[in-house]
Amino acid sequence: MSLAKKYPKEVKQILAKYPLEYKRSAVMPLLYLAQREEGYITKDAMQDIADTLEISLTDVGTIIGFYTLYHDKKEGKYRMQVCTDLPCALRGADQFMESLCANLGIKVGETTPDGLITLEAVTCLAACDRAPMFQIQSGNGLKYYEDMTVDKTMELVDTLKKSSAEMK
Amino acid sequence: MTKQVTLTIDGKQITVPDGMLVVDAAKLAGIDVPVFCYHPKMEPVGMCRMCLVEIGRPMMDRNTGKPILDDKGEPKLQFLPKLETACTNPVSDGMVVYTQSEKAKAGQKSTVEFLLTSHPLDCPICDKGGECPLQNLTMAHGPGKSRFLYDEKMHLAKNVPLGELIYLDQERCIQCARCIRFQDEVAGDAVLNFDDRARSTKIVSLSDPGFDSVFSGNTTDICPVGALTTADFRFGARPWELDASASICSQCPVGCNITFNTRREAKADGKIVIKRVMPRQNEQVNETWICDKGRFAFHYVESKDRLKKPLIRKDGKLTRTSWDAATKAAGESFAKAKKNLVVLASGRLSNEDLFNLKALADQVDGKAVLYSNMGGGDLTSLVGVGQGTNIGEMGKGSTIVVVASDLYEEAPIWYLRVKQAAQRGTTLIVANPRETKLDRYASFVIRYAYGDEAKTIQDLTKKGKIGDAFVKAENAIILFGSEGLGLEGSTALATACARALNDTEHAGRPNNGLIGVWQRANDQGAWEVGFRPEENLQAVFDKADAVYIAGADPFGDGMLRIKNAKRKPFIVVQDLFETETAEIANVVLPAQACTERDGTFTSGERRVQRFYPAVPALEGAKPDFAITSQVAKQMGVILEGTSASVVFEIMVEDHPSFAGLDYAKLAEVTSQWPIVGRGDLYYGGTTYENKDGLGVQLSNAAQRGEKFSLPRVQKVLALRPKENKLLAVPIAKLYDRGVTVSTSELLDQRIGETTIALHPSAAEQFNVNAGELVKLNLDGVSEEVRIKIDDTISAGVVLVPRSMGLPIHEPVEASVRAIKKAAMR
Amino acid sequence: MAYILLRHRDVPDISNLNVYENNGGFEAFKKAVTMMKPNEVTDLVKASGLRGRGGAGFPTGMKWSFIDSKSWPHYVVANADESEPGTFKDREIMEGNPFQFLEGVAIASYAVGANAAYVYLRGEFWQIAKSLDEKIAEMEDAGLLGEKLFGADYSLRIYTHLGAGAYICGEESAMLESIEGKRGQPRIRPPFPAVKGLYNKPTVINNVETLTNLPMILANGADWYKSMGTSDSAGIKIFSLSGRVRKPGNYELPFGTTFRQLIYEHGGGVQDGRSVKAIMPAGASSSFIVVDEKVLDTPMDYATVRILGADLGSASVIVIDDTVSIDWIINKTIHFFKHESCGKCTPCREGTYWMMHLIEDFRDGKQTDADLLLNVAKQMQNKCLCPLGEFSTMAVVTGIERFPQDFRKA
Ligand SMILES: Cc1cc2nc3c(=O)[nH]c(=O)nc-3n(C[C@H](O)[C@H](O)[C@H](O)COP(=O)(O)O)c2cc1C
Ligand code: SF4
Ligand code: FES
Repeated sequence: MSLAKKYPKEVKQILAKYPLEYKRSAVMPLLYLAQREEGYITKDAMQDIADTLEISLTDVGTIIGFYTLYHDKKEGKYRMQVCTDLPCALRGADQFMESLCANLGIKVGETTPDGLITLEAVTCLAACDRAPMFQIQSGNGLKYYEDMTVDKTMELVDTLKKSSAEMK
Repeated sequence: MTKQVTLTIDGKQITVPDGMLVVDAAKLAGIDVPVFCYHPKMEPVGMCRMCLVEIGRPMMDRNTGKPILDDKGEPKLQFLPKLETACTNPVSDGMVVYTQSEKAKAGQKSTVEFLLTSHPLDCPICDKGGECPLQNLTMAHGPGKSRFLYDEKMHLAKNVPLGELIYLDQERCIQCARCIRFQDEVAGDAVLNFDDRARSTKIVSLSDPGFDSVFSGNTTDICPVGALTTADFRFGARPWELDASASICSQCPVGCNITFNTRREAKADGKIVIKRVMPRQNEQVNETWICDKGRFAFHYVESKDRLKKPLIRKDGKLTRTSWDAATKAAGESFAKAKKNLVVLASGRLSNEDLFNLKALADQVDGKAVLYSNMGGGDLTSLVGVGQGTNIGEMGKGSTIVVVASDLYEEAPIWYLRVKQAAQRGTTLIVANPRETKLDRYASFVIRYAYGDEAKTIQDLTKKGKIGDAFVKAENAIILFGSEGLGLEGSTALATACARALNDTEHAGRPNNGLIGVWQRANDQGAWEVGFRPEENLQAVFDKADAVYIAGADPFGDGMLRIKNAKRKPFIVVQDLFETETAEIANVVLPAQACTERDGTFTSGERRVQRFYPAVPALEGAKPDFAITSQVAKQMGVILEGTSASVVFEIMVEDHPSFAGLDYAKLAEVTSQWPIVGRGDLYYGGTTYENKDGLGVQLSNAAQRGEKFSLPRVQKVLALRPKENKLLAVPIAKLYDRGVTVSTSELLDQRIGETTIALHPSAAEQFNVNAGELVKLNLDGVSEEVRIKIDDTISAGVVLVPRSMGLPIHEPVEASVRAIKKAAMR
Repeated sequence: MAYILLRHRDVPDISNLNVYENNGGFEAFKKAVTMMKPNEVTDLVKASGLRGRGGAGFPTGMKWSFIDSKSWPHYVVANADESEPGTFKDREIMEGNPFQFLEGVAIASYAVGANAAYVYLRGEFWQIAKSLDEKIAEMEDAGLLGEKLFGADYSLRIYTHLGAGAYICGEESAMLESIEGKRGQPRIRPPFPAVKGLYNKPTVINNVETLTNLPMILANGADWYKSMGTSDSAGIKIFSLSGRVRKPGNYELPFGTTFRQLIYEHGGGVQDGRSVKAIMPAGASSSFIVVDEKVLDTPMDYATVRILGADLGSASVIVIDDTVSIDWIINKTIHFFKHESCGKCTPCREGTYWMMHLIEDFRDGKQTDADLLLNVAKQMQNKCLCPLGEFSTMAVVTGIERFPQDFRKA
């Protein structure tokens, strides 16, 4: 189903933000919308956006490649993106990441076997004073978790696991 | 005139138009600033950082606005601490540029070193080796030894097909974006882009089919390294082994200037063969571009099926014979037929061939018939575009009308030039019953029903804003085609166009007048020498005693049928191949291809251009004009048969439009911008410099000031879709089943199945679905084809591609019906 | 002293429209629209000495006056991309004091004649964008945005545009490309955005913090603003303090505050009582300042920090203590820039990749010195298309040159 059919209100609102003759501007918000359900963007959704905005499929697809928050492959339901950049690292982010890996039993870039968490290392998230920290990206947005410890993180993982099991 | 500014580059003073970029000014001064991303036909992006130079600008006194002088009275110069890119900085008065200073050279050298950190040094096996700027610059600047450890090089995929025609070597790519920008800015098919970012940046095409553009081959010319190669030429030969011969593309009426690169090849038994087709610069025709059909459709001339011996029918069978015997049989039958001789020839032949054929027909009062179902070539002789026309210079104040033609499919380079003109500010009016690619660039789009072509143009001048845009334009050109039309309809349309132009004084001047989007390269030339199409070819054929068919396959195309086997005329066929027509002929005469001989074509813009032999002639075949001369001789008629240039001279005597022309004139060149092909090929890509002639546009009656009257627009009884019936209309496809395309293995993959297009409501009415195989009934003839659903066309029509094996040359009544699905096995 | 930008720390719930209005909110915008001509607003801002807080410190009023008034429409873009490692001030403003920021956007828009403004937020600020959208809707409902504002002939709409993870989009021309729906790669300049910006139209781009100053400057006057800070750098600045300090965070202080005051008085000193070895005053793009007692007493403003061989930039002060080796730091910064290079120009795309190999080799012991690394970094300098490539070399060159002891392996 096309985005315009699935989210008529949102698509209309998005298109209204930009001058009519520059509707290509809407590609980024539409890609977020396309990512909402599955956490990644399918080829059909790309084609749908290309048609809506009258640009080429190539131009849509290569936007996904440029920006790190768009994904064209299915990974874990939650992407745990830990900042390991300089300021956070000065406050122990690397060690935090290491023990997180040990606790989750996966390496950076991998997904837990239950498909729940994909662990990623990212660059600065503008929360340098509250390291260790990470954000969780799921289809429906992003949330920051700051001043974290491994214990608190594992508790969070448990909660996510439970709520995700309930949803099923 | 634009302001001129004077600046100094490496000590040389030069005066150039204001706004010119430093890199171009240097080029004019004879200085080659190395570039990768810069291309004179595209917007500068300054991204490769190869063209780093030092630029000093005179310091200005804020109060007086005058330059500040130093103790010696010279203007003081201000240099930025950074090196600047010559490709993005416009010149200014008093500027001083150093392209060779220590600092500039160090900058350029560092860019080369950076590029080499991730470039495989596989020059010995690279197609670009020998014409590669990176290779040249590495020799000039490169560090002797890499400071970058080879095992740390980023290894990327090689031989990635971007489609059937073009391959990408990701390792060799230096991310100059020339190909991407060409596709976006010049071609208007944005099917390439960079994916990912940083060092992982790579070119991709996500279109389906891959690299979906008829201009794709040009990216291999402008790619400054060997990252993009054609599937045809890659690993084919090394550039330095190639010879080059100038030619004219014979695929459409644009008349693109091309170069055939040839080489002696062991694989071909030591014969000289064509390795590739390259554009040859002609800024007035094709600039530095050609389309993929022109680039890849040359293989037909090398086909094994070429005719090598004259044939004559003996005991009902075609058997080999001598030239003498064959031409004697032909000549005798023609002499006997007298006015019942029909010479049927197509615009695939050269001016010289057609002139001789016409002369032969005239000798016996026979009929010279043009194999075409499009009219109006006589009108272009009267009010065609004036000498000096260059669509590439048209901009604001001009109007271009395109009617009944899908230029992208029919004449791609015109599409590109018209699009470009529109982007420069020309008012573009596109009139067609369905959406075409050109609509995107149009100021006005007119939709009419099939059948209303002439009327649409007649009403054009009355149409408010659109009318004004045409009538009041300083310059106006109309390009008319034959989409959905047969001879009668297109003649009416051409007449309406000619009248509209003449009435509004848009005739007889440069950048004003009528252009026919013909179906073949030299249709215009055929009209000039007196060939005319016939409405009812079958009737003409049925009445004839002898028919001389050259460069046409009317039986293969379904244009002619043997109706009465008893009164079948004597048929002489002159061709490259044993076509279906040849199979029923009495005499078959093998002709040379245009790659094997010289001659001239007259383009749709009425530019006469020379082509030269590129490969030795196929043994046994002869040039068409010479064959005709030999046949004539058997009839006791003397026609020049030894030299194309002499035939041309005789033709000039007979036709005032050609006055003053000869082969030498056609071979003249004047300097062109951009400058291509100097030591630094890559500045403009590997396009060939034009050393063999820019051609000359014919004059027209309006321009010569002759009195003439234009015919009235004939009322055509247009077919309309009827209830329970469809109106089948012919449309053109670039990649059709024509012999030139289907013999190219590469292009063959792009032709696809024969499909017809229907509106969803028609599909519903006839109970057929998208993608389904159906029976199409065309005026009684039934064919199996696949259905495509297209909601942009009108409900009552079915679009039928020409030259795809379906017998359609004008609108006809049609119906479709689902093929009963075979019972489940 | 009362907060000027981080007012939510003084006034609870100032992120509620009512509360904001009760505390003088939107008076300045109303005053501008109803009582001042656009160029009077520009002149006032010029007189206040306000300089851009996005990093370059360019005088704000002067930037506005470059806008091409022959070409229309005009646009304002608020730079809320905040991606420089060590910077986290714009985020606090938008979370805590959003209306003052939006009022600043409105004032800038009025001054340059823009009827549409975009707030470009980094994709990670998803929640903030959502809440700004709500605030903008509230403003529309309250008649603070829309047609014919305050009965005057001026209309304005503000829209948010969310990035999606690309540091380069903080660079203004890349940001414009991104809003136009393209890959966020910088454009060559000239033409500058004030002449050809968003959709090829004259555009002013300002940082969130810069804009958030505007309502207070309009309310209190240029002299008031200039009475704070130094002669070079007027007013107050939010310093994002991070690294090895006890109390990292945002500190709103007048220009001219010394490093010592920031780190010790406000930041509670260095962790574990160690001493400060180096400071990166402008995030990962900084040059290293070699720290001694005298340096700690340097007042922070644009001109004075430059004397130390560094730029104040966006004042994201990263404190490095004597337990940290500089090669470890530049390993981090190089990886950052290698990841964030947009790939458009050769020196940056290839250079950051090359530097990454060299620093890894050095840290793995495959190389015993950093001579080639220094040489490559210098070779990149002054040749890149946009400042990102240049930024990537700053820590490398100054690190190796200023801390040679950390780059010698026996
Ligand atoms: C690589 C790069 C990243 C930048 N990132 C930001 C940023 O995240 N936020 C910001 O406000 N300015 C950033 N800038 C500066 C902007 O380009 C621009 O100068 C600034 O937004 C202008 O606003 P101002 O005059 O108010 O400072 C960056 C510049 C560069 C070259
Ligand atoms: S546009 Fe026509 S003339 Fe030019 S290369 Fe293509 S087919 Fe040949
Ligand atoms: S930067 Fe000038 S040619 Fe590429």
